[in-house]
Amino acid sequence: MARTVRCGIDFRPCAPTFTGFRTTTRFRQPFSAMPSIISISGVTKTYATGFQALKEINLDIQRGEIFALLGPNGAGKTTLISIVCGIVNRSSGTVTVDGNDITKDYRAARSLIGLVPQELTIDAFESVWATVNFSRGLFGKPANPAFVEKVLRDLSLWDKKDAKAITLSGGMKRRLMIAKALSHEPRVLFLDEPTAGVDVELRQDMWEMVRRLREDGVTIILTTHYIEEAEAMADRVGVINRGEIILVDDKAELMRKLGRKRLLVELRSPLATVPEKLSRYALELSPDGQQLTYTYDNQSDRPGVASLLRDLEAAGIHFRDMDTENSSLEEIFVNLLRQEP
Amino acid sequence: MNLRAAMNLRAVWAIYRVEMARAFRTVLQSIISPVISTSLYFVVFGSAIGSRITEIDGISYGAFIVPGLIMLSLLTQSISNASFAIYFPKFVGSIYELLSAPVSYLEIVIAYVGGAATKSIILGLIILATASLFVPLHIEHPVWMLAFLVLTAVTFSLFGFIIGIWAKSFEQLQLVPLLIITPLTFLGGSFYSINMLPDIWRTVTLFNPVVYLISGFRWSFYGKSDVSVGISLGMTVVFLLICIAIVAWIFRTGYRLRN
Repeated sequence: MARTVRCGIDFRPCAPTFTGFRTTTRFRQPFSAMPSIISISGVTKTYATGFQALKEINLDIQRGEIFALLGPNGAGKTTLISIVCGIVNRSSGTVTVDGNDITKDYRAARSLIGLVPQELTIDAFESVWATVNFSRGLFGKPANPAFVEKVLRDLSLWDKKDAKAITLSGGMKRRLMIAKALSHEPRVLFLDEPTAGVDVELRQDMWEMVRRLREDGVTIILTTHYIEEAEAMADRVGVINRGEIILVDDKAELMRKLGRKRLLVELRSPLATVPEKLSRYALELSPDGQQLTYTYDNQSDRPGVASLLRDLEAAGIHFRDMDTENSSLEEIFVNLLRQEP
Repeated sequence: MNLRAAMNLRAVWAIYRVEMARAFRTVLQSIISPVISTSLYFVVFGSAIGSRITEIDGISYGAFIVPGLIMLSLLTQSISNASFAIYFPKFVGSIYELLSAPVSYLEIVIAYVGGAATKSIILGLIILATASLFVPLHIEHPVWMLAFLVLTAVTFSLFGFIIGIWAKSFEQLQLVPLLIITPLTFLGGSFYSINMLPDIWRTVTLFNPVVYLISGFRWSFYGKSDVSVGISLGMTVVFLLICIAIVAWIFRTGYRLRN
């Protein structure tokens, strides 16, 4: 079978500024030479109502990574994963999973994928044991009670194996959805908003579970609008907005390139105004005059911290303490969306 | 080609088993309720009215209505089983799992229609057994009787499957069985011979497809029918082919499933 292998050519989609991310260029993981496990080329989706949910999506997901697809509500996240999983027909474009076309080789492609949808959609009257075994059978796998038991134990559902789904709490139902998705031993797991409405403890458990799965070689695609989720887990981050991928990058790289830093300088004596000779730093003075804030990023033309400290000293401004803050992925995300026309 | 390799038989079995398990879980609604209804028909039509109608075509009235009663339940239950089976996952959203699984359209149809038809056939046989408690039964062509039973159950399960995919609400799900199938069954000669009707109404009745099902089925019991058995069989097969064509179109286009 012909198999598309796309190597991880170091391709930066855009200049490292907050503008100009709109592009239909194929994004690739900058550092990896591993072939992608999912390849999405020119995928569009227009619903019967005329609404264009996806404009032209080109995206490669690398084998074994945790990829976070971020986007506001209605951005096209669920439509995209529904197309890859075979739930929604695409209008155009091609998708392959481990080299298998999702239409021509749908059996091979789908058998590699597990999907945990956003909504808690379970046959409420089936028992936990029955519904997980049903999922395994649906994917053509022979019965394997030992494996199903392990999945249920890993997800703390073993005690509830005979309980009907309707009797489970929201968190347990969410875990049951995951158990169903893992029942056929998928190599790719889609988690669509996995922690929406989930308490902190369960969220931590899920993150831990996702990391364990990654260690076992499972590729994980996570859609979320909780930035902290992506920040905590993802290797790479993609941002989708209004049906277009506007950015894909390594998470650490993204934060390095687009993340802003703030230097907070606590002064010994309050200032009334910032001296004119420090204007090139665009410093912000707190209302009480006790703190100067210098915002900079790794890519900007602004002078560095060392230069600022020297100039403060030269201006006779002495400081008592200082601290730095990094912008979170959330701030980067918000900034990116603000750039969108 | 090896069937196991060509088809996802495990998926077919998984769906079929879930459907059968649902029937046993809701045994009161699935089996006992139709049996009670049928018994009431026998009490009302067979005893009360039947005592005033001695026989039709040489068959006692109680025995005459048995094939019609079985057909009445078979049609409504086949439609309701299959339509609910596919509509319910759509309604609760669990259809995602079916659509994302490595399952072909044919396998989906075999599993759901097979499940629905099996339940209807079991029900038909239970009603037959119940009827035998009320009237002496004689089945002249048992193989044909089974053939009509299976063919009708499969055809109307397919029809129900189509309704289940088409329906956007529980109201729509009930619409076709309540407003079309039940009246057509009552007017299709379940409780009378269409030869008892005035000529004009007899002609009108011949446009009712259910007439052919009941007539053919009654022939398998008593060797007597309102219309020719060949035509009955032909009409059933035509309806089956129409349903297959619609299902094929639904799956080819993703109508109300993948759009």
